[in-house]
Amino acid sequence: MCLAIPARVTELLADGMARISLDGVTKVVSVALVDDVRVGDYIVLHVGYALAKIDEVEAERTLALLREAAGSLALAEAAS
Amino acid sequence: MKYVDEYRDGRLAGAIAERIAAEAARGRDYYFMEFCGGHTHAISRYGLEDLLPANIRMIHGPGCPVCVLPIGRIDHAIRLAERPEITLCTYGDLMRVPGPHGTSLLKAKAAGADIRMVYSTLDALRIAEAEPSREVVFFAIGFETTTPPTALAIRIADKKRLKNFSIFCNHVITPAAIASILDHPDVRTLGAIRIDGFIGPAHVSTVIGTQPYKFFAEEYEKPVVVAGFEPLDVMQAILMLVRQVNDGRHEVENEYIRAVTEEGNLKAQSEVAEVFELREAFEWRGLGIVPYSALRLREAFAQYDAERRFPVVTEPVRDNPACECGAILRGVKRPTECRLFGTACTPETPIGSCMVSAEGACAAHWTYGRFREDTAASVGQRAAS
Amino acid sequence: MNVTQKISKPYRRKLDLANGRVDLSHGSGGRAMAQLIADIFHNALDNDWLRQGNDQAAFDAPSGRMVMSTDGYVVSPLFFPGGDIGSLAVHGTINDIAMAGARPLHLSASFIIEEGFALADLDRIAQSMGKASREAGVPVVTGDTKVVERGKADGVFITTAGVGVVPAGIELSGDRARPGDTVILSGTLGDHGIAVMSKRQNLEFETQILSDSAALHGLVADIVATAGPWLRAMRDPTRGGLAATLNELAYQSGVGFRIEEDAIPVKPEVAAACELLGLDPLYVANEGKLIAIVAPEGGAAALAAMKRHPLGCDAAIIGEAVADERRFVQMVTAFGGGRIVDWLSGEQLPRIC
Repeated sequence: MCLAIPARVTELLADGMARISLDGVTKVVSVALVDDVRVGDYIVLHVGYALAKIDEVEAERTLALLREAAGSLALAEAAS
Repeated sequence: MKYVDEYRDGRLAGAIAERIAAEAARGRDYYFMEFCGGHTHAISRYGLEDLLPANIRMIHGPGCPVCVLPIGRIDHAIRLAERPEITLCTYGDLMRVPGPHGTSLLKAKAAGADIRMVYSTLDALRIAEAEPSREVVFFAIGFETTTPPTALAIRIADKKRLKNFSIFCNHVITPAAIASILDHPDVRTLGAIRIDGFIGPAHVSTVIGTQPYKFFAEEYEKPVVVAGFEPLDVMQAILMLVRQVNDGRHEVENEYIRAVTEEGNLKAQSEVAEVFELREAFEWRGLGIVPYSALRLREAFAQYDAERRFPVVTEPVRDNPACECGAILRGVKRPTECRLFGTACTPETPIGSCMVSAEGACAAHWTYGRFREDTAASVGQRAAS
Repeated sequence: MNVTQKISKPYRRKLDLANGRVDLSHGSGGRAMAQLIADIFHNALDNDWLRQGNDQAAFDAPSGRMVMSTDGYVVSPLFFPGGDIGSLAVHGTINDIAMAGARPLHLSASFIIEEGFALADLDRIAQSMGKASREAGVPVVTGDTKVVERGKADGVFITTAGVGVVPAGIELSGDRARPGDTVILSGTLGDHGIAVMSKRQNLEFETQILSDSAALHGLVADIVATAGPWLRAMRDPTRGGLAATLNELAYQSGVGFRIEEDAIPVKPEVAAACELLGLDPLYVANEGKLIAIVAPEGGAAALAAMKRHPLGCDAAIIGEAVADERRFVQMVTAFGGGRIVDWLSGEQLPRIC
């Protein structure tokens, strides 16, 4: 539930608003619910509001875990 | 799309699926409920059930705010919209939800009501400012993900001293719904519905954090894994649940670490607490009356409450007695076990909300999965094998 | 000069294209209407038939099987990135003719205009139609104009009809798909629908995406020339998108389809806009794309012909027809899982859930 999509902040505007870009699609949205948003940050966007920032380090860690889960099987198969 | 495409990598999917199959113990079944309708939708859209071994079954939960809205609330919204001075702003999801006697917001609009579909509360505020002679009412629904945007809209309306803006509040609370499912006799009684663990909602959790689920993990001894929205997130979460069940653990784990923390978004939580308070009780379609499960505006913001501002007389509305939305929302029945599924109730002629909402279990099965012909018989066969 | 001589040379005020508006006199059949038609429509669409000034256009019947089609255009907003209701009205009917494998010959255009509509906008639309018509080589040979009271039309509604002629030996129809036939899509999905939606009230976003509105008869001629004998059916996925079109064909032909999500071309920006609004590109309208159902022996040739043409450079084989009594359109997802691509009930609406 709650369709939300990661989008990149391209410009900070007045009154807690910002411009975001999603692969070239841009929109002015509210970032008033998240502290310390900077240009270049990725936010989770839901109905025109940023709800959280995407943590780049944790995102990498998740990807590594996914690849490990996938890769370990390949390694095991290669070894057997 | 960054932070999206990487988690939709099909090549990894097959490998993770094999890992799940390798670790899922033979000779037992695993029943996991994905609480959140968005996860239901992702599972259907990507055909994830095809990738899981036969002994892992996904049960679709009630985490779809459109699905759990009782008919009476749609009726109330239509009556508000029919008042000539009111402009009702709504998210697209609600336009086709059936009200009583075959009505809907879409049909009311066709009959002349001023109903406007918007993407955000910000759009509703813009309309209120641009059209001061109209009474703008925003039809507010959603779990904790969607509540902060409404709270902020009220704050903005207050700051701008808007005299023509109000909300029709139907915001609901996730932990209360989970408790209601787990407390239901069908679940607590041994041998009826079995739920071995939960996939916790993605974006609700960005707001409330993982902390609220600890109670369920401990009290009911069920593992909870909060998962991101993308298909690889869901698969990884299923793997983590299988591991917990195998280990006999019942903890709260977080797969969606890139967006969810233990405490959540404190700023959003405080905005909500400022503006809203808990209703003593609220009716949920399928779950009946659930105490302390929904929100209303605090007294200080009463002027923005459409229910207080525009008293409307509604009659109590009963669901169609043959409609199994309730049982389906609790995970007790599957769509194909409802007599109306595919006959009287189709996406063109929906009877219950499970069929209208894009992420309702019935709509998901009809739209994405009915070619699998999942009958009650085959469910029994799989459970016995 | 005496009074009679003065009256015989009446002072005719020019149409105020900059600030003028259509009023009921422009539809009443009198001088005002004649002036509107001449200064705006004949000016933009100019050809021999229109210059004759009759209520009908006469032409010699071509030999061969003829095709006729009509469509009403009610798009809102009237002007969108990459096109407008005028160019759409020309392209759309040309395409319906072309989907039969036919060469479009002539178009007619009827306008229902709302009282108060800006002449500047009407002129802009007419000019756009003229340009589309000239570029396609298909003239608008006859037309009609009506004006209705304020509030009874959304600015302007346009209906175009067209006639064309089918080359000998070509007989395309939606009921001719057979199990094993190849399904080819001529290019990226969703461009038109997203371009239009980006301008819709309360859903706006900024994008570089342009509507793909285009006349496809040139592309069709190439496909027919190269793969004619193996061509079973063609259809353009307009309202309801690829999903509607494949379901229609499945139903008409009594077959199922199996398509691959990975093979379907979608521009990244269109995919992003769909994610933002909760839309599925499979259901979004296209106005410059076609689906071709081709017997397997002709698939490669048809694809090659498409890719050589500028309007088909992104063409791809996306799947095949299969035997299926249930007439399902099944899709293998990018994930390797399966799902059905069903009809949509009504228009796809943006969602939050």
